[in-house]
Amino acid sequence: MSDIDVKMTINGQEIEAKADPRTLLIHFLREDQNLTGAHIGCDTSHCGACTVDIDGKSVKSCTVFVGQANGSDITTIEGIAHPDGTLHAIQEAFRQNHGLQCGFCTPGMITRAYRLLQENPTPTETEIRYGISGNLCRCTGYQNIVKSIMAASRELSLKEAAE
Amino acid sequence: MIPGSFDYHRPSSIGDAIGLMSSLGDDAMIVAGGHSLIPMMKLRMALPEHLVDLQDVQSLKSISIENSQITLGAMVTQAELITSEELHEICPLLREAALQIADPQVRYVGTIGGNVANGDPANDMPAIMQTLNASFTLVGPNGERSVAARDFYQGAYYTTREDGEILSSIHLDAPTSGHGSAYEKQKRKIGDYATAAAAVVLTLSGGTCATASIGLTNLSETPLWAEEAASILVGSSLDRETIKAAAAAAKAITNPAEDGRGPIEFRKHVAGIMVERAIAKAHSRAR
Ligand SMILES: Cc1cc2nc3c(=O)[nH]c(=O)nc-3n(C[C@H](O)[C@H](O)[C@H](O)COP(=O)(O)OP(=O)(O)OC[C@H]3O[C@@H](n4cnc5c(N)ncnc54)[C@H](O)[C@@H]3O)c2cc1C
Ligand code: FES
Ligand code: FES
Repeated sequence: MSDIDVKMTINGQEIEAKADPRTLLIHFLREDQNLTGAHIGCDTSHCGACTVDIDGKSVKSCTVFVGQANGSDITTIEGIAHPDGTLHAIQEAFRQNHGLQCGFCTPGMITRAYRLLQENPTPTETEIRYGISGNLCRCTGYQNIVKSIMAASRELSLKEAAE
Repeated sequence: MIPGSFDYHRPSSIGDAIGLMSSLGDDAMIVAGGHSLIPMMKLRMALPEHLVDLQDVQSLKSISIENSQITLGAMVTQAELITSEELHEICPLLREAALQIADPQVRYVGTIGGNVANGDPANDMPAIMQTLNASFTLVGPNGERSVAARDFYQGAYYTTREDGEILSSIHLDAPTSGHGSAYEKQKRKIGDYATAAAAVVLTLSGGTCATASIGLTNLSETPLWAEEAASILVGSSLDRETIKAAAAAAKAITNPAEDGRGPIEFRKHVAGIMVERAIAKAHSRAR
């Protein structure tokens, strides 16, 4: 079985690599690219801890082969904060609202919330709950995660209005 | 879990995809969204030597509506089905069903073609397509043919699609305007496959039911088109008694397996309830 050449943009940076086609994107990101932010929670496409943004879609990267992502534009949790290192409004809201306990689900939650708020900047609580229904959390009971996303939505709308 | 080894191919036209599938033979499989296939490959229940990825075949990606004829390209994702207002306008059952599949991440990449070609009795779209009397276009080295959704499924993971054939599109006529439809799915949690689910499309004429179609998900080795149950509704005022009789007729053709979703009797019981609820909801939506 022959290796393939892949080329993609990850967090704004173009990368090129050789990979075995059976490499899952999550393994490529974590082991080849040293981007260990996205986590492997279940490896069975259920928990959403491995969620990354591919060409404007939230995707479970444990269920994508590296070749399928060839040519795409990927944002992982490492690419969410601002270039100067200050936290993105969603990250700040999780911090302010106790939106995490152990933090294992958090990269997936934030990456998913990032896309959700672009598609629907002012979601209702119910829309948030359905919007993050592909992400499991074993700690928080979701209450503070929902609260954090609500707070981020308000913050981002205020910013938008100010601009 | 690391899947077995394979060679990866990404053709950019349907002609190239067909050529690859026939030259690579039995050991090649199509990958669309990969959200049924990759989990199977991790479990080594699927061991393709070659994967032919259809993501660059642009001709498989469009939704087209002409008059009331709907064509869905095989690579249209569930998310794209959900967001198409034009489609929702004339056939709301598609969005209603797609929203009950999996979760947002899976729906961004899972395709309609993969969902109907897969042959897993737990997939939701096959029963929807049977209810709507859709047909599937299959293309292969020997040309093109069309198979009715109601004739496509032969057993679990076993369909009339031949090795090397690609399902290119789905065709259906939108139900007549004023129709009512509903998809009722009982599941243990979001993202779960159905314990039992029922789709109903019906039309009314002066207070009586003029036409009806009922489909069932995950209640047998294949999706089920409940023809007799639907015929019980036709000509009635959709009163309580008739709905009960139709639900009983639908239940009678089910043959669910016992699994984590419950024992056989329970799943049949839930099937009856889903049918009753779907009829009532479709009725309330019909004009
Ligand atoms: C957590 C989770 C929950 C899910 N819940 C549900 C659910 O509730 N309901 C539901 O219906 N589904 C569910 N699914 C399955 C999901 O909807 C899949 O995306 C879908 O069944 C298959 O579509 P795909 O594009 O991913 O196909 P793939 O996985 O790429 O392919 C599936 C099969 O079809 C074949 N195939 C695909 N496209 C074609 C084609 N054009 N021509 C010929 N053969 C083709 C492939 O070779 C393969 O055998 C779930 C999946 C996950 C991971
Ligand atoms: S690790 Fe990918 S969904 Fe759980
Ligand atoms: S904070 Fe621990 S899993 Fe969500």
